Amino acid sequence: METILFLTHTEADGSLGRAALESLTAAKQLTEALGGSSLVAGLLGSQTEAAVGQLAGVGASRILAVTDEQLAQPRYATDAAAATAICQAAQATAVIAPATSRFNRVLPGVSHRLGGAVDTHVSQLGVSDGTIEVTRWFYRQRLRGRLKRAQRPWILLIDPGCYAAWSGEPGTGAAEAVSSPADLAAPRTQVTGIKAPAADAQTIRPDADLLFVTGAGWTKKQADGQTHVPDAEKLILNFLNATRASLGSSKSLVDLGGEGQAVLSFLTHLNQIGQTGATPRHPKGLATCCHGEEPHTVGWRFVNERRVINTDGTCGWARGKADVLYVADAFAVMKKVNELLAS
Amino acid sequence: MSSGYQIVVCGSIVPDPWQTLEPAVTPAGPALKNEMMLPAVLDPWAGHALFEAANLARQVAGSKVWLVALGPKAKLQQVMMTIGQKVPFELVALDGPAGGFTDASETATALAGAIQGISGLDSSRLLLFGGWESASRGAGVTLQLVGEQLGITDQFQGVDQLKVQPDGRLEILERIEGGRHQVSLCDAPPAVLGWATGHLPEPKNNPQVGMMNMRQVMPALQRAQAAALKGEGLTFAEVSLPSQVRETRIVKDLPADEIAREIVEWIKQ
Ligand SMILES: Cc1cc2nc3c(=O)[nH]c(=O)nc-3n(C[C@H](O)[C@H](O)[C@H](O)COP(=O)(O)OP(=O)(O)OC[C@H]3O[C@@H](n4cnc5c(N)ncnc54)[C@H](O)[C@@H]3O)c2cc1C
Repeated sequence: METILFLTHTEADGSLGRAALESLTAAKQLTEALGGSSLVAGLLGSQTEAAVGQLAGVGASRILAVTDEQLAQPRYATDAAAATAICQAAQATAVIAPATSRFNRVLPGVSHRLGGAVDTHVSQLGVSDGTIEVTRWFYRQRLRGRLKRAQRPWILLIDPGCYAAWSGEPGTGAAEAVSSPADLAAPRTQVTGIKAPAADAQTIRPDADLLFVTGAGWTKKQADGQTHVPDAEKLILNFLNATRASLGSSKSLVDLGGEGQAVLSFLTHLNQIGQTGATPRHPKGLATCCHGEEPHTVGWRFVNERRVINTDGTCGWARGKADVLYVADAFAVMKKVNELLAS
Repeated sequence: MSSGYQIVVCGSIVPDPWQTLEPAVTPAGPALKNEMMLPAVLDPWAGHALFEAANLARQVAGSKVWLVALGPKAKLQQVMMTIGQKVPFELVALDGPAGGFTDASETATALAGAIQGISGLDSSRLLLFGGWESASRGAGVTLQLVGEQLGITDQFQGVDQLKVQPDGRLEILERIEGGRHQVSLCDAPPAVLGWATGHLPEPKNNPQVGMMNMRQVMPALQRAQAAALKGEGLTFAEVSLPSQVRETRIVKDLPADEIAREIVEWIKQ
């Protein structure tokens, strides 16, 4: 029997974001699977009212909230203090929370304050022999493990994209206010802003249906003995504009910038997929001019359907890593693709 | 700040990413098949942290870098032979398992103990660096726990940039969702920074740095205390290698127009 705390921060407008609603589904399913357990909801933010309304139909026995202007800033010191206070007030034995950048930063530290345990990047929660069992990946998505822990409270951060977002009739209600811990008063860190690419240069779109990956081939000498980087830029940007796909890249291509070579101006390390890059979740992925080396393709673990355009029919993708490999010139194919999309 | 930063980098070793990994069952829990035989490299994001640390230390007079590494001694020695050629640091080694199935909190306790043992450490100058996630456990947990044990409550993860302001405050850029960075100003050390890629290319080998490091690395390895990680309370039901192999349809000799049509149809499905 567990006291399961669904813990989340709110968005700037006080509502629950998608990752939060997904982990709420996980928390609810777990509570139902573990007979006799209860579900408590915990919120932290500068505003929490809208979220309390969203939680009206969820069946939580209590809704706890720390509502404080200092929590407008995602910041370790204040988030850790507020999260700790909520976990203690809830007397939680298991804490289910969304693996947002804000909570990934802070909840491991909270587990230490509570004398408990933590697991991050959880992709599935289950019950075995009457107790919680967690599935997560190891070695950058190469190996999958199922594990249990004796320690409580056990904080579990659920990766976005693993559960359907919870939706229920909104209602009205009030949260039990958990008083702001003293540590919230005078933080030594101020969040001064967000640095984002201009809207038209925003190429990372986690919610896109398609991941479009570019490799170093786009900058290499082509059949005519020349490079065609400006053409590559145009083809890629036109495709992204037409499809609203998310842009990923191989490491070799993003590294070229640091080496002073001609590069695609809109790529940064944030676009990198793979061992030392991201592992995004998308239903489809199209890789172009990318060799499909293992340190790259481990980043494709959660891309369901995979197609590739490469001039080399023996590239890494041919060895069972893609569903379809088109042995062709990506410049020629993408030009036609863009024409078809525009027509 | 006249006396410079004390930058402690936590970083260990991981199997070379080119290796095929297979799980194995041992009496101590899950492990990798032939784990001790697999060639190892410095954990990549911890490597970025080390290079950023060295770069900062070069810019701020009086600064010093330590690398605190928990791993099997023999493997640490191999990796230090390479890393020791790149940037100056003082090694603090702990002899114990570095695999992905070890428990982050036990690792963190061992690391925090080793850091507390560094003589002359001054928390008002301390920057605790490391990778924001390892390539083994991939959890992004260890640094926060070490930070908590050292009483550091200004923590940053997914850091791509640190700039010291003229007034000594630290401007830090952290990765957040959607390819954006959160910008923060931290008054002063101590702080924890879990690095992502940063901005520096891997430094070239420098034989002078290598010679200087090696004088200290070997004695540090000899002194390495054993860190027994027991995995208390942690049980694995299973570790598996899910099949990744797809039946790849290789399409050759199809004109670009037809390939394009097929791709557009597939995208629109
Ligand atoms: C510790 C470590 C970590 C790493 N982490 C990552 C990581 O996170 N992500 C990652 O991507 N890599 C990573 N790597 C690097 C990885 O091993 C490869 O070097 C890299 O992925 C290669 O990138 P690429 O396929 O773009 O380039 P290349 O290997 O140069 O391949 C270019 C491809 O383009 C094709 N091509 C050229 N012209 C055309 C054309 N006109 N049409 C179609 N195809 C064309 C070529 O046939 C070739 O296959 C890592 C390596 C190490 C050692």
